[in-house]
Amino acid sequence: MANVTLRNVRKTYSGGVEAIKGVDLAIGDGQFCVLVGPSGCGKSTLLRMVAGLETITAGEIDIGGRVVNQVEPADRDIAMVFQNYALYPHMSVYNNMAYGLRNRGMAKPEIDQRVREAARILEIGAMLDRKPKQLSGGQRQRVAMGRAIVRQPKVFLFDEPLSNLDAKLRIAMRVEIRKLQRRLGTTSIYVTHDQLEAMTLADVLVVMNGGVVEQIGNPLDIYQKPATTFVAAFIGAPPMNLTPFAPGEYGLAVPGGAGGILGVRPEDLTLTTGPAPEGGVRYDLIVEAIERVGAETFVYGARDGARPEPAAVSGKPGELPPGEIIVRLPGQAAPAVGERIVAAAPRDKLHVFAADGRSRLDS
Amino acid sequence: MVENEGIRRYLAHAILWIGIAVVAFPVYLAFIASTQDNAAIANGQMSLLPGGHFIETYYKTLFVGSSGTTREPVGTMLLNSLVMALSIALGKIAISLLSAYAIVFFRFPFRMTVFWIIFITLMLPVEVRIYPTYKIAADLNLLDSYSGLALPLIASATATLLFRQFFMTVPDELMEASRIDGAGPFRFFKDTLLPLSRTNMAALFVILFIYGWNQYLWPLLITTRDDMQTIQIGIRKMIVTSDALTEWPVVMATSILAMLPPVAVVIVMQKLFVRGLVETEK
Repeated sequence: MANVTLRNVRKTYSGGVEAIKGVDLAIGDGQFCVLVGPSGCGKSTLLRMVAGLETITAGEIDIGGRVVNQVEPADRDIAMVFQNYALYPHMSVYNNMAYGLRNRGMAKPEIDQRVREAARILEIGAMLDRKPKQLSGGQRQRVAMGRAIVRQPKVFLFDEPLSNLDAKLRIAMRVEIRKLQRRLGTTSIYVTHDQLEAMTLADVLVVMNGGVVEQIGNPLDIYQKPATTFVAAFIGAPPMNLTPFAPGEYGLAVPGGAGGILGVRPEDLTLTTGPAPEGGVRYDLIVEAIERVGAETFVYGARDGARPEPAAVSGKPGELPPGEIIVRLPGQAAPAVGERIVAAAPRDKLHVFAADGRSRLDS
Repeated sequence: MVENEGIRRYLAHAILWIGIAVVAFPVYLAFIASTQDNAAIANGQMSLLPGGHFIETYYKTLFVGSSGTTREPVGTMLLNSLVMALSIALGKIAISLLSAYAIVFFRFPFRMTVFWIIFITLMLPVEVRIYPTYKIAADLNLLDSYSGLALPLIASATATLLFRQFFMTVPDELMEASRIDGAGPFRFFKDTLLPLSRTNMAALFVILFIYGWNQYLWPLLITTRDDMQTIQIGIRKMIVTSDALTEWPVVMATSILAMLPPVAVVIVMQKLFVRGLVETEK
């Protein structure tokens, strides 16, 4: 049980590549913190720095009131679950879990009691004598969790632990990880590139991009009020529609009279025949593609008329090609491909960003 | 079509049998000769069926020695060869495991230089460096000793390379998990890397044991005392080229005895050997 605090943490590789460009982060005792971002954003590096597997170029990492910059991974009182589980292939499940305890010189009965308790919690009691090779992906995942639990560490670190599982199992394990963490009350840091995983697991969500933190907060707050266009496009599936607007367009006042970027979530758009709502936005679209997923239907439309210049909206991960708008319709009824439709959203559903996408202009 | 295939299969089998016969017949002949009377062999009247001197000849070979030039019984030579081959095989494995571990898992200055220096020694087998190696062995008083027989042949680029390749396929996460589990470099080596390398070590042991067993040039140079000679040297010395009569049954019995240990090693290690070459357990 511990707070984890990062103070202006930086990582520069020997080649001069700056992987982490100054991260400040405070994770409270027992909180579940999720680091999310596209690949190469530095989230795994940051986690490995907390684990002690990467050196810290500058700044401080504090676990439970102790600065651990110079402390060996084994002495940081952390446990880590790896993406490929990293189980010892030649050891039985029991020994995989017991190994770390034995290395610490714990008494045999104590080890046995802890391993059996962890096995009971994770329902792998029947597999203690098997080798990792003889287990399914989900079972290996449980053993990897078990190896972390038996240590009773101050902090759990998860490095994309579910990405090797199939979709169904991933959802089941996600729920289990969350339940387990609540039950044990252990502070956790979890790295993922899956925004759905991030949204559902996190107490504190940290959206990272290019080695910097884009936004920290409660997942729903981030969803409702993304601080940058990157966050807006990354959190939420399908992503937020982002369109540039000229000064004065839609009656939006931007300081300095410049233009900006307007964001609307696909679920906030409704099909209409009338004019734009007061202060709202209205898109004239030609339907290009339809995706029916059962409970909802996604309509991909191209904006009728002049497409905005491509440079105005950068091709960041998860963003739509310029001029394309997604509308989420409940149910299965949808227009036909090629049909002209009008989608509109009221003023209070709009997100307004500065032209560079780095800041949010409405509160 | 079916008939054709049948013929082809018979043909393939016939060729294989001929191959086996070509390889096996000399071995059979050696065994037969070792059980015959020397006079029968000398006058070319050797039968192709086992003779009645099996126990007598093998007892003489193993424990008494031939009356001719070797003066030592083959039992001593077998022991010498065994000690040499085992020291070479085990020594090579131990040293290459450690050097490969250092090269793959540790970051130290001139790591790649060290690796390339080891690599380059591949081009310098004993035959090429025979004079300096002999000089060093002589200066270190290693002549006519087991260490002299084995030490100069122990450093091995091949085995180091093999272990390096294997270690590089071990996922980094395994080492990181060990570090988090509180295992230092030595524990990681002992608890994780060694058990994982088991099959590789077995395969390598078979190859290196036979390599050591078959050494000829080096033992010939380094040993002068009769009680230090290896079986390969012994066989050569038994064959008399001057006017004395070679004791062919003893020579053949020695050859058969020289063949047995490598065969035994291959048979015992076969399963591990094949697994070591084809499968990686991770």
